[in-house]
Amino acid sequence: MSELKLMKGNEALAEAAIRAGVDAYFGYPITPQSEVIEYLMTERPEERTGMVVLQAESEIAAINMVYGAASTGKKVMTSSSSPGISLKLEGISYLAGAELPAVIVNVVRGGPGLGTIQPSQADYFQSVKGGGHGDYKLYVLAPASVQEMSDFIEDAFDIAFKYRAPVLILSDGLIGQMMEKVQLKDQKERISNEELIKRHDSWAVTGKTNRERNIITSLDLQSEKMEARVHRLMKKYEQMEKEDLRFEKINCDDAEYLIVAYGSSARIAQKAVELAREKGIKAGLLRPITLFPYPKQELFKLADQVKGILSVELNAGQMVEDVKLSVEHKVPVEHFGRTGGIIHTPEEILEALEQKIINHERIRYSKTRESSIL
Amino acid sequence: MNVLDIVKPENQVFCKTKLMTDTTLSYCPGCGHGTAHNLTMEVIDEMGISEDTIGVAPVGCSVLAYDFMNIDMTQAAHGRAPAVATAIARTWPEKYVFTYQGDGDLAAIGTAETIHACNRGENIVIIFVNNGIYGMTGGQMAPTTLEGMKSSTSPYGREIASMGSPLKMTELVANLPGVYYVTRQSVHTHKHARKAKKAIKNAFENTRLKKGLSFIEIVSNCNSGWKMTPNESNIWMEENMFPYFPLGDIKVNGKLK
Amino acid sequence: MTEEIIIAGFGGQGVLSMGKILAYSGIMQNQEVSWMPSYGPEMRGGTANVTVILSDDRISSPYLKIFDTAIILNQQSMDKFEESVKPGGVLIYDPNGISHHPTRTDINIYQIEGTKLAAEMGNKKIFNMVILGGFLKVKPIVQLENVIEGLKKSLSERYHHLIPLNTEAISTGMNKITPFKVEKQVFS
Repeated sequence: MSELKLMKGNEALAEAAIRAGVDAYFGYPITPQSEVIEYLMTERPEERTGMVVLQAESEIAAINMVYGAASTGKKVMTSSSSPGISLKLEGISYLAGAELPAVIVNVVRGGPGLGTIQPSQADYFQSVKGGGHGDYKLYVLAPASVQEMSDFIEDAFDIAFKYRAPVLILSDGLIGQMMEKVQLKDQKERISNEELIKRHDSWAVTGKTNRERNIITSLDLQSEKMEARVHRLMKKYEQMEKEDLRFEKINCDDAEYLIVAYGSSARIAQKAVELAREKGIKAGLLRPITLFPYPKQELFKLADQVKGILSVELNAGQMVEDVKLSVEHKVPVEHFGRTGGIIHTPEEILEALEQKIINHERIRYSKTRESSIL
Repeated sequence: MNVLDIVKPENQVFCKTKLMTDTTLSYCPGCGHGTAHNLTMEVIDEMGISEDTIGVAPVGCSVLAYDFMNIDMTQAAHGRAPAVATAIARTWPEKYVFTYQGDGDLAAIGTAETIHACNRGENIVIIFVNNGIYGMTGGQMAPTTLEGMKSSTSPYGREIASMGSPLKMTELVANLPGVYYVTRQSVHTHKHARKAKKAIKNAFENTRLKKGLSFIEIVSNCNSGWKMTPNESNIWMEENMFPYFPLGDIKVNGKLK
Repeated sequence: MTEEIIIAGFGGQGVLSMGKILAYSGIMQNQEVSWMPSYGPEMRGGTANVTVILSDDRISSPYLKIFDTAIILNQQSMDKFEESVKPGGVLIYDPNGISHHPTRTDINIYQIEGTKLAAEMGNKKIFNMVILGGFLKVKPIVQLENVIEGLKKSLSERYHHLIPLNTEAISTGMNKITPFKVEKQVFS
């Protein structure tokens, strides 16, 4: 029987990592995700499962430690928050280029710069449009509950090893800091080194035995070889779109108006949909669970059914671009979102839906403290 | 007697280690990297640990070390090899893990990773080839470029007032408690190469005994970057590099000399 | 049943742990719960608040603008959250340190002398349990035995000997909470 607990998102993620049989975690503290490494250090995972946990000297060192352990086929992860993820991007690009499986968690806070420690979804572009240098993408999972913070760890590693590619769990300060009921999975054993070698001997650097030596690198000085590598990556991303796209539809069957939101915004938007329905407005919610791959076709289809779409994000307008690309101008698409660490309320979202979509009228910037809408 | 009569196994008195591949070295003729590679591989071969050794290549001239070293290797981002090696050593404590890094990689961009891996006393070997210049990118100033030495980014010579002094990374890390063995060697003569090999062997022995971090600096030449013939560069190295970067053991068995 | 609550006061008053015990109590009776804190530099002495939701159904937004109940434990929180109570909702407050008492007449207001009562019981740390008791008297949304189970879950075992004291504090709160009548403002 699995265990029921009240936990913070960050703690649930850390506990799930131990239970999923993760081999190593390398991290560096930053608000609002420090509970991940604090929890791991308190839980003595080295004793529980043999999992290695190390506080690195920087986010840069941490992601390169991830690269090192991933090179050997170990199940390895790191977590950070926005400014720290910016530092990790070099390493993330290397992981993608060298085709290594790894899980990176971003508990997003507001930016740019040092920004704020309050929740935000302003790292959407950074997460789904590359972020680091070169032609690569990350498979991006966006949890919307503490339960998903826990569940997505295993899902992320499954994808990471299926494609030998880095996977990003894109959370935010709200999901990381809130507590909810969480059903924890049973402890999985870490795989033995013998089993690891059996599974990954074709590529992992575990010591050259009676085989050709394995080399992990992202370097191809010959342009044709490098192009072939890029094509190989693109093929993986195509396959992800075909086989591993995830989304959730809430009240969409008879919806006349659609809200698109992910992560914490999806939770708040769901309440806005409830409030709208109470008022007789037929609103629905499409919640992308993966941000790459993105539910483009689903949105394209829904655009035939609804009169307008509101993209709700805790940022100044990022995912709205993908919504627009997906619906190909079939219906009006608008953005609503608070920034700076302010969380929009369900009432604000409903108001934006009515004013920006239903009334087709752009509201002017209001100076009132609680209802200023960009 | 023709050549084929001579090239027979029973007549062989020396051969390159089987842990070096047949790939032609990409290093300039006269460069010390080839010797340093070869010595490292000889040690691993002689210790019989090639199946349990994982190397970490840097960014710099030796970025392609994995093309020449016939063992499992991973290639790290610029300066991050000690972090990469840390994770491998922590998750595979029974393996031999080494990094092979140049002065730009180890002493400039990777200073933090170097110092912290040393300070944690990771059970790894760091081989640090110091030739006082950025070779691969075309002869720019390195943190170890000597005072007055010309490079493409110090065309009038390194000036201490504005560019700082050449960094003695090796002395610096020797002072950290986690570091067990620190030595500075060179490979430009047979005599020096033999001593360097002993040092490398000592370092891998330390890994076997789980003694912590061993740090071997190899002062080397860069005849292309220094714009000299190989011979001139070796003489210049002895006359200029060695006084500033003196050869010899700095820390043995965890004790400063 | 869905109950949406904000608890707001100073850091160090036990605001967050009170919310946590309430949430755990909800879990004990098979409810869905969420606990969303204000986080960051609000350490001891600063302001702290937490939104707690208990519901028989899946909880959508953990972050809310208006609440069924506001439990208010300092003046700043009164200034901020009095207006956030739904019409017909409940506002519970400790008058200690409050200079501007609530003025709304469309909600039910209760006073509880938590600071004083905890001091009388000789342990300032049970302040939040006195308040919780008061809340449970007004809104008996969780059974007392589930609260005790919740306490056991959220306290580490070395504090379990304090559970009787906490239970006593809850009963005290239940007995001592009183309705507060807003008097018509007299302007001079």
